[in-house]
Amino acid sequence: MTTILAVLEQRDGVLRKISHEVVTGAARLGGAVEAVVCAAGPVQGIDRVGAYGADQVITLTNPAFAKYAPEGYAQALADRAKQGGYRAIVFSASATGKDLAPRVAAKLGVGVAADLTDLAADDGGLVVTRPVYAGKALLKVKVMSQPAVLSLRPNVFTPVERPKAGAADTIAVTVPAGRVTVREIKAAPAGTLDVAEAQVIISGGRGLKEPANFKVLEELAHAFGGQAAVGASRAVVDAGWRAHADQVGQTGKTVSPSLYIAVGISGAIQHLAGMRTSKVIVAINKDKDAPIFKIADYGVVGDLFEIVPKLTEEIRKLHG
Amino acid sequence: MKIAVCIKRVPDSETRVKIAADAKSLDEAGVKFVMNPYDEFAVEEALQRKEKAGSGEVAVICLGPAAAQETIRTALAMGADRGVLLQADKIPADPFEAARLIAGELKAASWDLILFGRMAIDDYNHQVGPLVAELLGMPCVTAVSHLDIDGAKGVAEREIEGGIEVVDFPLPAVLTVDKGLNEPRYPALKGIMAAKKKPLEVKPVQPGTGSLEVVALMPPPERKEGKIVGEGAAAVGELVRLLREEAKVL
Repeated sequence: MTTILAVLEQRDGVLRKISHEVVTGAARLGGAVEAVVCAAGPVQGIDRVGAYGADQVITLTNPAFAKYAPEGYAQALADRAKQGGYRAIVFSASATGKDLAPRVAAKLGVGVAADLTDLAADDGGLVVTRPVYAGKALLKVKVMSQPAVLSLRPNVFTPVERPKAGAADTIAVTVPAGRVTVREIKAAPAGTLDVAEAQVIISGGRGLKEPANFKVLEELAHAFGGQAAVGASRAVVDAGWRAHADQVGQTGKTVSPSLYIAVGISGAIQHLAGMRTSKVIVAINKDKDAPIFKIADYGVVGDLFEIVPKLTEEIRKLHG
Repeated sequence: MKIAVCIKRVPDSETRVKIAADAKSLDEAGVKFVMNPYDEFAVEEALQRKEKAGSGEVAVICLGPAAAQETIRTALAMGADRGVLLQADKIPADPFEAARLIAGELKAASWDLILFGRMAIDDYNHQVGPLVAELLGMPCVTAVSHLDIDGAKGVAEREIEGGIEVVDFPLPAVLTVDKGLNEPRYPALKGIMAAKKKPLEVKPVQPGTGSLEVVALMPPPERKEGKIVGEGAAAVGELVRLLREEAKVL
């Protein structure tokens, strides 16, 4: 029976939700799923992984693994991969996964089939799909390496409950001291959700007219009760109105939330590149010919300063 | 400071994508090619580091077709000292093959810094930098948006979900850079003239097939036609109803 290695993520000893997406994606390839996480000690939430289809859950521990240790993690995972005879090793294409997957792949002498939106086992190979050219095309690729090293675009592989044994094991590993070390994580202010992780994103563009007006979007985000983040177009980030961390688009973040509300954003290709895989797109813009309406599922034409507060009021009623 | 910057020639992001007759690649007819935007941050950072150090060299390395000489000339016009084109008709589909060829060239010299853009905007692979670092056995930090270097020690910041990771690393190192690190300069006329006289070495390379085989390049699925719900605040009630009952996202 083939086995797939699913690489989970933890931060501060707590399993990241994205881990369930990795297990769900790995399970799609058929065979057994062995989930693995690098940590300094027990990981809170690891007992939930079996519910999403992990046959086995292994924690690789080392005192240096309290924070992300790129070289140590890569060595520990490559060692594991070399022992296991896995068909595939599956990462998330998160900030950490994008850094870690190539390091592991290089140690195995292969490249990563990265940022996948679909994958399937085919006879003789794995066939995967990844968006290219700013999402204007999809590239279908056959991965011939054994193991295949894959990373999954976040928020695309919706976690599916598929209860398995989830037998847990902890293995202490030795790795050489890392040259590259994470000193600290400067956390975003409490209560702000990252656009890359939010289920609902309300993004603003030049139509907001001035930075202070983003308050109307923040109020709408707040009405969603902690599930929503405020994003921004390149124009307003370049103008210094919003932080680069909030930028959605080709030179910002790629997001796939359940609901994306574009407010006062015309819809340049480089913006669409970052959000076109959102499940439902709403556009609010005063220009009825704005390109954003071509990609939006629902559009409202008019003055955002009248529309957004009204929407906030309605959402508050629902979440009240 | 001796710095190598690895750059890529990519279709401009505004390009209309037309799929070639082989159904596996981009039809390049009429496509405008540019330097990958993230690589501009890498070139700029290299130039600023060299200027600060007061001496050194900025070499630009590019894997690509003959036409990529133009991309290298752009970097030379910004101020880089010399260029190397690893000439291959096609960039391999397997990033490991690209990394192997680039690492092979970099191995010929010793560098204080090797810089890449965090990803190329055509294939979104974000991995050639770290693959090269592994092949060369060098420390690597990816997606650097802030950088301090003091002697042989560096501190980099990289954006992660919900925060910024502060990373210590020793030089020499491989870094991939993100937007926010600097403001890339535009080549001045003087620079453009000077670039024509700067050394640009062309070395033919033979990419291996690697283990990723392109099956098809396809248009993305059409999003189902959207609708304009209405105008102004009066349309909000209907919008919320549709989001609840039709789209089921509320």
